Amino acid sequence: MTLFLWGITIIFISGFLVFLPGRGKAAAMISQTALIAGSLLTAVALYPVLIQDQVLHISLQWMTPEIRFALHLDALSALFILPVLLVGVLGRIYGSRYLPAEWHAMRQKNHWFFYHLLTAAMVLVLTAWNAVLFLIAWEVMTVASFFLVLYHGEAPSVRRAGWIYLAATQVGTALLIMMFILLSGPSGAMDFDQLVMPAGIHGTLVFLFMLVGFGAKAGLIPFHIWLPEAHPAAPSHVSALMSGVMIKTGIFGIIRIITLLQTPPAWWGWVLVGIGALSGVQGLLYAMAQHDLKRLLAYCSVENIGIITLGLGIGTLGLNQASTLMAILGFGGAVWHMLNHALFKSLLFFGAGSIQHATGSLQMDQLGGLLKRMPRTGITFLIGAAAISALPPFNGFISELLIYRGAFESILHFVNRSLPHQMGGLLIMGALALMGGLALAVFTKAFGIIFLGEPRSEGASKARENAPQMWGPMAALALGCMALGFASPWLIKAALPVFKTLLPTFQQDILLAELLELQEMLFYILWGSLAFIGFLILAGALRWLLLRGKTVQQAPTWGCAYSAPKPKMQYSASSFTQPLVRLFKTLLRTRSHVHSPLSYFPTKADLHTHTPDLFLESVYAPLMQWIQRLTDRMRWVQEGRIQLYILYIALTLLFLFIWKL
Amino acid sequence: MTSLLSFILALTTAPLIPGIINRIKAVSAGRQGPPLLQNYYDLAKLMKKGVVYSHTTTWLFKASPVIQCAAACAALLIVPFGGGAALLHFKGDLLLFAYLLAMGRFFLVLGALDTGSSFEGMGASREVLISALTEPAFLLGFTALASFTGRFSLTGICHSVSFLSLFESAGTATLLIVVAMMLVFLTENARIPVDDPNTHLELTMVHEVMVLDHSGPDLALIEYTAALKLWIYGALLIGIVNPAGRHTLAMGLLIGLAGMAVIAILTGFIESIMARLPWVRVPQLIASALVLSILASIIVGW
Repeated sequence: MTLFLWGITIIFISGFLVFLPGRGKAAAMISQTALIAGSLLTAVALYPVLIQDQVLHISLQWMTPEIRFALHLDALSALFILPVLLVGVLGRIYGSRYLPAEWHAMRQKNHWFFYHLLTAAMVLVLTAWNAVLFLIAWEVMTVASFFLVLYHGEAPSVRRAGWIYLAATQVGTALLIMMFILLSGPSGAMDFDQLVMPAGIHGTLVFLFMLVGFGAKAGLIPFHIWLPEAHPAAPSHVSALMSGVMIKTGIFGIIRIITLLQTPPAWWGWVLVGIGALSGVQGLLYAMAQHDLKRLLAYCSVENIGIITLGLGIGTLGLNQASTLMAILGFGGAVWHMLNHALFKSLLFFGAGSIQHATGSLQMDQLGGLLKRMPRTGITFLIGAAAISALPPFNGFISELLIYRGAFESILHFVNRSLPHQMGGLLIMGALALMGGLALAVFTKAFGIIFLGEPRSEGASKARENAPQMWGPMAALALGCMALGFASPWLIKAALPVFKTLLPTFQQDILLAELLELQEMLFYILWGSLAFIGFLILAGALRWLLLRGKTVQQAPTWGCAYSAPKPKMQYSASSFTQPLVRLFKTLLRTRSHVHSPLSYFPTKADLHTHTPDLFLESVYAPLMQWIQRLTDRMRWVQEGRIQLYILYIALTLLFLFIWKL
Repeated sequence: MTSLLSFILALTTAPLIPGIINRIKAVSAGRQGPPLLQNYYDLAKLMKKGVVYSHTTTWLFKASPVIQCAAACAALLIVPFGGGAALLHFKGDLLLFAYLLAMGRFFLVLGALDTGSSFEGMGASREVLISALTEPAFLLGFTALASFTGRFSLTGICHSVSFLSLFESAGTATLLIVVAMMLVFLTENARIPVDDPNTHLELTMVHEVMVLDHSGPDLALIEYTAALKLWIYGALLIGIVNPAGRHTLAMGLLIGLAGMAVIAILTGFIESIMARLPWVRVPQLIASALVLSILASIIVGW
């Protein structure tokens, strides 16, 4: 524990080091090194927890007897901390080249301070064992990330994005506070192991507050509105850290609360499944309709959180039905997908940043042909795209496989017992399969339009590969995507401590037996992947042999003999997905503005399409306007004189005393 | 042993299936038609040729046919044929199967986009729409079969259902799934009524237009992969219907081959008597396969 505390303290302090006097570059380097050192120390401290199944715990006297400074490091939190450290460090390295080299600028110093603070706060959130400490860390995390989003705060659109983010996540925190009050029970104990799930309506309220509170952070539909606003506005390494790691703290919270109960009600599971399926499908549909790469990736995060929530739903059902296999597959798939998503989503956001850095644009219809100009960024982005589309042998396939299998086990479990439950399992299958097909469309579009074909703008045609500090982290994450795919049989067995933490009531030998059965399945998957690679080598060798000594010519692309093709004539991001967008038009409500030529001779014509977020436009915006009108009437309360505010406080205290008498 | 034999059989006889289909189409149109082995001649001719690459393309364009072919071969490992087990079979193998084919499609689409041609872009755009709908139809159909057989692998399912079970309680469901899988077969292999493999107008094609710029051995790999995919989906259809249950090695393979011929002839007739659907109605056709699969699951669960 001492090592862990040292690690997290160094991460925290490293943020202050950027303010060291001097020209700034040395200070930035020192703080970066300190962050890496602190992260390494923390990672070393995680080793006994993850491998040797130790639980580290510390509880210090703090504000009151109930509110203690309690930290608890078990295998589950250790597993969630790993990507925080990895993406935190890689993002720091990446960002040092991504941001302009204005080391002395106060704006950049502040930026790095908040970045380090965010990393430290996330580690604290994942280890806090007391509700008050947890909420404080949670708020530090929120505020730090809010300032990170506002790096380009001079632009009104960025300020609007930051505002939406802050509002969404603060509403979530308010609900979390209420949730913890309900959970604290009559004794007022705030330590996590002393929280009591209340019965009846209060238990339901806890579940709903948890769902909205943590769901708003995680980005579950319909609480997702901040993601597509904040991620495009933030610098890319911040998007990577927020989308790859920070939103998972919401998932972590949901897992912690659900596993408080040994047998959660079945409807919890079905609600999670329903919201997960909705987020998954709707998130991808929105991703498909986007023209801006970072908005696309943000919606895709909504989808992946949806997949994770599907897994949580299956796991909850497994707990409810006391089915070890379902619980392992559901929770295991969810946690694994959490790890995977941290890897490939950070990779893709880094990629987006590199593209913006090299071309000055994130509009897909302005890009093209970048694979030739930025080969390293291109191939790592391709690996990320394949992994997120759940293609074997990459890691995304493994976690989705576990969730698929969990859905199938739930169908088998309920077969001939309850048709609605069985149909629920089928819904998960169908949603996952549809997501698989749509993800293919989204990521062939993202990679194909940006990296292949001819450049569609001047910026894209002049793009050059970025510095190694930028593609290096991407390469590391791409390797991670492959490693988590290939090492899956060994990893699932090594994850026994995690499952023991998650499912303490299940018998250990049954847990182990089920894990061994899954290990066997993953070994078969590995054989399949190796066979694929073998065939790849064979087919490649055949092609090489056949082409030896043959003429290889270069010619223009076949264009029906049209002699003056222009890059603008290529299929664009919008035309590529037009058939799908039209098919799902009832769900998407894409708006298009057409000026078509009316006379017989060609004149200027144009077409604009955009897909606004339905939830933002038709639910939240009217709701917020209504609240604003309401609060306008309450203005008279805000006098502006401090004496009056003190009077309010005194009156409230008085009221509370009288109420308690 | 059976498994290995049927794997090799698939690799060698797959190009025959398009030959049979084309012969049937020719005969129904009153023509003599190309020889049954025409596809082999074409492959041999293509393999001897050099290649032409567009200035626009990158290494991905060259890698794409290789990856597609490797993915199809790996998927073939999971498909049972002739009453035996597949070379690779385990609980959950149908997901590996589906996603290996998705891998092939991913690179087929990227290869098409690599040329920067709007024809190929259009083909790619249509292909992703088709696949987004076919994948749920395929997986839900097999989930329905898996839930009433209790087996979650292609081999297990094909061993547990047979022609005789069509007359039992789950028969209606099986029948619906057979129809759904026939639609999936036609869709995945870019046949009429979804796509016309013979058309000569780029604007109307889906699969063919995506491979316009490939030539020589690259095109040979793609043509071969297409033949393999015909075999793969055909073998699955035979596996579900499984006309005669389990058999000795020779008998099983013989029945399997006969089934494959029947499917090829059936496809040939469908192509002769039907026209290609207008593009806007293709999603409805695939959706009907999806609906049949869901209906089958409901019947199974009742």
